[in-house]
Amino acid sequence: MSAYSREQIGNMVEGKLNSDTVHRMLSMPKDPERFELYLDVLQQKVAWEDKIILPLGPHLYIVQSKATKKWVTKCSCGHEFGDYRENWKLNALIYVRETEEAMSQVYPKLMAPDTKWQVYREYCCPECGIMHDIEAPTPWYPVIHDFEPDIEAYYKEWVHLPLPERAE
Amino acid sequence: MKKETSKIKEATVPGKTLELAPDIRTGRTRKTENKRLLASGMTLKEHRDDVLLRTRQTGKYNGIDTLDLKENDPIRYEKLFSKLRGGLVHSRETAKKIAASPIVEQEGELCFTLYNAAGDCVLTSTGIIIHVGTMGAAIKYMIENNWERNPGINPGDMFTTNDCSIGNVHPCDIATIVPVFWEDQLVGWVGGVTHVIDTGSVSPGSMSTGQATRFGDGYQVTCRKTGINDEPLRDWLHESQRSTRTPKYWILDERTRIAGCHMIRELVEEVIEAEGLEAYQKFAYECIEDGRRGLLNRVKAMTIPGTYRKVAFTDVPYAHPDVVTSSPFARIDTIMHAPAEITIRPEGSWKLDFEGASRWGWHSYNANQVAFTSGIWVMLTQTLVPTERINDGAYYATEFRLPKGTWMNPDDRRTGHAYAWHFLVAGWSALWRGMSQAYFSRGYLEEVNAGNGNTSNWMQGGGINQDGEVHAVNSFEPAATGTGACAIKDGLNHAAAIWNPEGDMGDIEIWEMAEPLLYLGRNVKTNSGGYGKYRGGCGFETLRMTWKATDWTMFFMGNGYMNSDWGFMGGYPSATGYRFEAHDTGLKERIEQGLPLPLGADRVPCDLEYENNISDKARVKRDQQAMTTESLFENYDLYLNYVRGGPGFGDALDREAKSVETDLNNRALLPEFAEKVYGAVISQDAKGMWHVDAEKTQARRAEVRKERIARSKPTREWMKGEREKILKKDASPQVRHMFATSFALSKKFLDDFKAFWSLPKSWDLPESELGVAVHGSKGRMDLSQMPDVKTVVLVEE
Repeated sequence: MSAYSREQIGNMVEGKLNSDTVHRMLSMPKDPERFELYLDVLQQKVAWEDKIILPLGPHLYIVQSKATKKWVTKCSCGHEFGDYRENWKLNALIYVRETEEAMSQVYPKLMAPDTKWQVYREYCCPECGIMHDIEAPTPWYPVIHDFEPDIEAYYKEWVHLPLPERAE
Repeated sequence: MKKETSKIKEATVPGKTLELAPDIRTGRTRKTENKRLLASGMTLKEHRDDVLLRTRQTGKYNGIDTLDLKENDPIRYEKLFSKLRGGLVHSRETAKKIAASPIVEQEGELCFTLYNAAGDCVLTSTGIIIHVGTMGAAIKYMIENNWERNPGINPGDMFTTNDCSIGNVHPCDIATIVPVFWEDQLVGWVGGVTHVIDTGSVSPGSMSTGQATRFGDGYQVTCRKTGINDEPLRDWLHESQRSTRTPKYWILDERTRIAGCHMIRELVEEVIEAEGLEAYQKFAYECIEDGRRGLLNRVKAMTIPGTYRKVAFTDVPYAHPDVVTSSPFARIDTIMHAPAEITIRPEGSWKLDFEGASRWGWHSYNANQVAFTSGIWVMLTQTLVPTERINDGAYYATEFRLPKGTWMNPDDRRTGHAYAWHFLVAGWSALWRGMSQAYFSRGYLEEVNAGNGNTSNWMQGGGINQDGEVHAVNSFEPAATGTGACAIKDGLNHAAAIWNPEGDMGDIEIWEMAEPLLYLGRNVKTNSGGYGKYRGGCGFETLRMTWKATDWTMFFMGNGYMNSDWGFMGGYPSATGYRFEAHDTGLKERIEQGLPLPLGADRVPCDLEYENNISDKARVKRDQQAMTTESLFENYDLYLNYVRGGPGFGDALDREAKSVETDLNNRALLPEFAEKVYGAVISQDAKGMWHVDAEKTQARRAEVRKERIARSKPTREWMKGEREKILKKDASPQVRHMFATSFALSKKFLDDFKAFWSLPKSWDLPESELGVAVHGSKGRMDLSQMPDVKTVVLVEE
């Protein structure tokens, strides 16, 4: 079993790990204490004090609101997307590339999808403009609710951590 | 071994019993001698049923509660494991040297697998391990359909199969299956598979397009006994070689498979000799239960319980005149749809559900349920279980739900499968993203992969080659597709393929020997990797010129109008494909006159660089119709083989300025998109080197974020407009056709769709209103409806 220091996990988050450590991480059994170290590193990176419960993306988290104890989805800039059980994308801003002109802004002609077949839906934060997700579905496709984690089972039964309080 | 075999054949058979069987001529029942192959006296079918029953009842493979061998004598267990596994890999490495086909010898498109008597995989070699399941399904088919009685299973027998309707991926994966005996008992099976160059389908190269059904897919054999006493039968040798365009490669591929199987059979005999039959048999079942537990442990160690939803698509652009199919009902544009829901339960078990997938179609991109599920292991061995300990235990640890009638589990015996990979690779890209969400949230960022690139273009064709022989081409350059970005680093450029992580692009010199096509360039494909904080790996492109062929055709096979992968967590998908071909190029004259030639990369496709260096009278096809059927190629004609890149991870504006600079100087990125997508402020010095001003870039990126906000609207507001389009049924025919076939198969998908968009109860989209051929929408006949056929169902349908 491998173990890693907080500094190494910090370097991992920043993409600064040396290749030997990356190789060890990939080839050795996983370190179960990683999650706690990871949360700690991420918590230090954000400017707000709400407790990170589960990271969803490089700038997106499920957090426990310090004020209300409610669990919400939150951007690294502080913007909140609502209850953690909701699809955060429905509360984001969207830009849909559904014309040849819009596609030509991201790929050369012939290397972008034909928008009669496929569009790009770019979801960003209404406050800071960070791109949280890009869907590439057909027109008409419902907005996908990507992930509904069972946080209670994960904390209690898998990583054996105290479950943060949750107000409804 | 031959000496052993003949001795066994003459031995007395203690399991000999009488069995009732109908006389094939009179229909009357008669008594016949039927040798029982197992020490238990059971038939193989009874044995398999027993194993399945015990597994169902206990939730553990074969009811194995305690791993006796592993726990009581772990060193012996590991020795057995290592000896057998090492032998499998060694046999693959040795046997592949027999092959002449660069697909096998260069790309490593072969695999050997050891099964127990029930047809469950114990261990496998490296290589195209999708066939862990496909060969197992063939063995199970033989067991279920009483091959024991007819044609009989004896020491020294060989069976050959490539039948897609019982599990194979596509007909060009030919499997040789050899039973392994110890004394008079069948103790297991060895399977060996190679991807052959040609299977005699409607067009040359093994993965043809244009045919609407299986009957154009090429030569298919169903677990046929093709050898006895370790020798291939002459009728098989004569028939099979003339059923393919490339008999020279065919026969050497067969010898490769036979040699590997026999090496492994001998190894098993050695192991039994040394360890005893009882220990071997114990191992052959316990190892699978160990594999089952291993997967569950990995799920719990690396993921997070919950529900993950992802989706992937690919294009079937068959309304185009360059897709020539003789079946009018196949001439439609449609889209293949693979919605994936992964459920990971608190106890660590998991289920993969593809409810809502589109129906199979009149093309060659359908997949058997086993091809789909077994292929998932190829993917998982690159992420969740990256060890040699992969076997059918992983299958028993996973619940698959593939609704009957979908493209990944067809309910019609006519379906074509020759190019099943067109969508299999896409279908799995959704799973990568689901698994990667779990890894990211848990902090195992090193495991995150934004997805796999689309392993195309497949360059195929054939005719009379430079040696005056009938020949076919199936380029395996896409074995070096760009890989997806990770959460801590870029994807690899022109590196690997989802279906064979050990593959590479092969040597130019070898391909030029195998194909009448000279290389005029082989370069990284600029801008083909998806953008992101970490970008997807770039693909590559090779420009080929027909050379010294007599009669020659070529065609394209890949995604063009759509991406099959998506970006991840804010990253972009990779670039789509396109085709370039040129005829009447005037290159013969240009070479004679010493004029500039179209060498190297097609860096910016709309700049038409190649066209500037060929005759202005040349006929050029440069468009997104990246799926075609055969077109004629004369010597000096050109064909661009563009192999795709991988998808990106994270917001592109988070990419380090220095990395953008490196991409520009390594020709991985076009300057226009460094500015537009990465918000980089760039300049070029007198030596042509690019520079990115980090400070100005930071300021520019702040503006780009504001521009994003300004051009976007709240999602719920946008949904109102999209809903109106749906109410008016305003979408292209291919989009409507995809939804209509998914709706027809899945009421749940239709209901969920209507609920999401708040559509009226009466809203529907039947195929009959689309104005296209509706063949297959109502009348279908499954293989299980054929007389005397018991299909093997390995998923929830």
